[in-house]
Amino acid sequence: MRWLLLKDLQILRRSPLLVALLVLYPIVIAVLIGFAISRGPEKPRVAFLNEVPPSASVLELNGQKIDVSQYGKEIFSRIDPVPVQSEQEAIDKVKSGDVLGALIIPADLTQKLQAGTGPANVRVYYNAEDPVKARFVQDTIKSEVQDANTALTKQFTKIALTYLDLISKGGNISIFGKSFSVLGLAKAEAIVNAAQAGLPPNDPLRAQLGQVANFARLARDNLDLSNGVLAAVGTPIRADAKIINGGTTPLDAFAVAIAVTVSLMFVTLLLASGILALEREENAFLRLVRGLVSRTGLLIEKMGLAALCAIVVSLVMLAGIALFVSLEWGRFPLWLVALVFGGLGFGALGVAIGGITREVRAASLLAFMLALPMAFLALVPSGAVSSGLYNVIRVVSALFPFKPTLDALNSALNRSGSIGLPLLHLAILTVAFGVIARLSLRRFA
Amino acid sequence: MTEATATERTLVLEAHEISKRFGEREALKRVSLEAARGELVAIIGPNGAGKTTLLSILAGIQRADGGSVSRPPGEIGWVPQQAAVYSKLTVAENLRLFARLEKRPDVEETVERMLAQTGLEQRRDDPVSQLSGGNKQRVNIAIGLLSAPDVLLLDEPSAALDPRQRERLWEFIRELAARGTTVIYSTHNVHEVERHAGQVVVLADGELLFAGTPRELEQIAGATDLDFEEAFVAFLRQRGH
Repeated sequence: MRWLLLKDLQILRRSPLLVALLVLYPIVIAVLIGFAISRGPEKPRVAFLNEVPPSASVLELNGQKIDVSQYGKEIFSRIDPVPVQSEQEAIDKVKSGDVLGALIIPADLTQKLQAGTGPANVRVYYNAEDPVKARFVQDTIKSEVQDANTALTKQFTKIALTYLDLISKGGNISIFGKSFSVLGLAKAEAIVNAAQAGLPPNDPLRAQLGQVANFARLARDNLDLSNGVLAAVGTPIRADAKIINGGTTPLDAFAVAIAVTVSLMFVTLLLASGILALEREENAFLRLVRGLVSRTGLLIEKMGLAALCAIVVSLVMLAGIALFVSLEWGRFPLWLVALVFGGLGFGALGVAIGGITREVRAASLLAFMLALPMAFLALVPSGAVSSGLYNVIRVVSALFPFKPTLDALNSALNRSGSIGLPLLHLAILTVAFGVIARLSLRRFA
Repeated sequence: MTEATATERTLVLEAHEISKRFGEREALKRVSLEAARGELVAIIGPNGAGKTTLLSILAGIQRADGGSVSRPPGEIGWVPQQAAVYSKLTVAENLRLFARLEKRPDVEETVERMLAQTGLEQRRDDPVSQLSGGNKQRVNIAIGLLSAPDVLLLDEPSAALDPRQRERLWEFIRELAARGTTVIYSTHNVHEVERHAGQVVVLADGELLFAGTPRELEQIAGATDLDFEEAFVAFLRQRGH
């Protein structure tokens, strides 16, 4: 078998165009995917529950009424809200992938805003099994909450200005339902000046000085209150995000895993399918399997060579990426394990394609046609499509090696989830596609 | 075949009542064949007669449904109709690869011997893609001869060659036979049978119609005033084909 391997390497060495294509194409695709993953669907479906009763949607601050429900429109400007009846229903929809995330407006939101002692919280749920999706949800929610905050901040700023005016000029203020008379700094100054001018040693004007003292106390109290108000002015609403499933892989690190998986896929698929089909095109297949090499041995040689070349390309790619992104070289053995299993999975699919198509050009075309949808389907986040369609996509993705290879590499590179399950998945797919390839050789010649 | 000829012959291959069926179609119906050392055996017949199927079974590429072959496939050289060589590799590299796969004890010696035998020493470092059809077929045959088999099977060896290339190929094949290699070949060119075959085997619809010398075939056809091709056609007509 090693002589056959040597022969294939010789043929590859004499096909510089093919080798260049095999190296450059996956890099181009990886870059394109990198751009693609930075964008999500235009209006993602988000489960929405507003627990604030309609009667409590208006809050009153210093006599000014603010209808919070109006600010909901800001939140809905870039999401497609899916109304739910309970928080559990929202969580279930996130779990099932029916929606990208869930946004819960708690019943006490307006009370907290009215109290002004700090930000009011909304609750956000999403799956983070896919870092692309996690980043997208984070960005979307952050953006929407920021929009709502900007609108509310304008109102709070107006209120803060009236407080400052009150402290300066004096007047009446209503706090927690009680009305207070505020002297104001201007009047206080006049009183204190007058008191100082005509104050004998045992002065009867203690009452007036008492007013000054009261003002000072109230001013101090108001300043204490303003701490919360100022905090609220900055961020009236905060989002409490809770991840239902998945880890916290950064998008950059995930993009590395995608790029390497795409390279591994293209190089292995094209090589394995092409070099097997080439044996038939050169009419050498029957000569080889006539006692020189077993059919199974031939398949293993093609799978192994394709996987080996793809692993080398992937490692070179990782070394290049490591110049720009920090990678944990201490986990190199795990990278290698993931690449070997992924390479063999793609190799088995490749020889199945080569065995079925039987011609190099047809094999290459089918490999291309299969590879791109295989990659893109595996990257569709839950919530981007309907629940039923998402389940179909998950099943289809599970039938091909891209998703488990991506999971295994993501685990090896980024400590995201367990590596065992994807490796087992890849082993099963390798055997399954190997059997298909072996069966296809029955009519290969 | 005369009785005297048969007694002088040293049989190197015997196929006994070979049968093969593809679904409902009977491709070979209890076909028997024997070939002697250094003999040139031509298998002829109309399209679909079972010529390639018979050669494939003798070569071990297909399994027969019934019957037996006296030699295992490993002891028989096989040369497919279309050159089974790697066009990106040179002549020497192709020979070296298959010599290694054949596990020849001295690979380089075997390669040199085959280059000399096929007259391709000057083209040893040329990629096969740059060779003419005739030379490509020589490399194809050389690979079939790497294990120095006693019996060589050729499936329509001259099908894609021009007359000059064909003549050179037959010279080469005759030399092989003269050195003791038994060559069994299929062909549609009955003139080649007349010129080069010691024994002719006629198949039609999977049935063995005749096995003997070309002259005997002409006699059976009762067409001594016709050329061999006309005699062959007359013979097929007599047998209902």
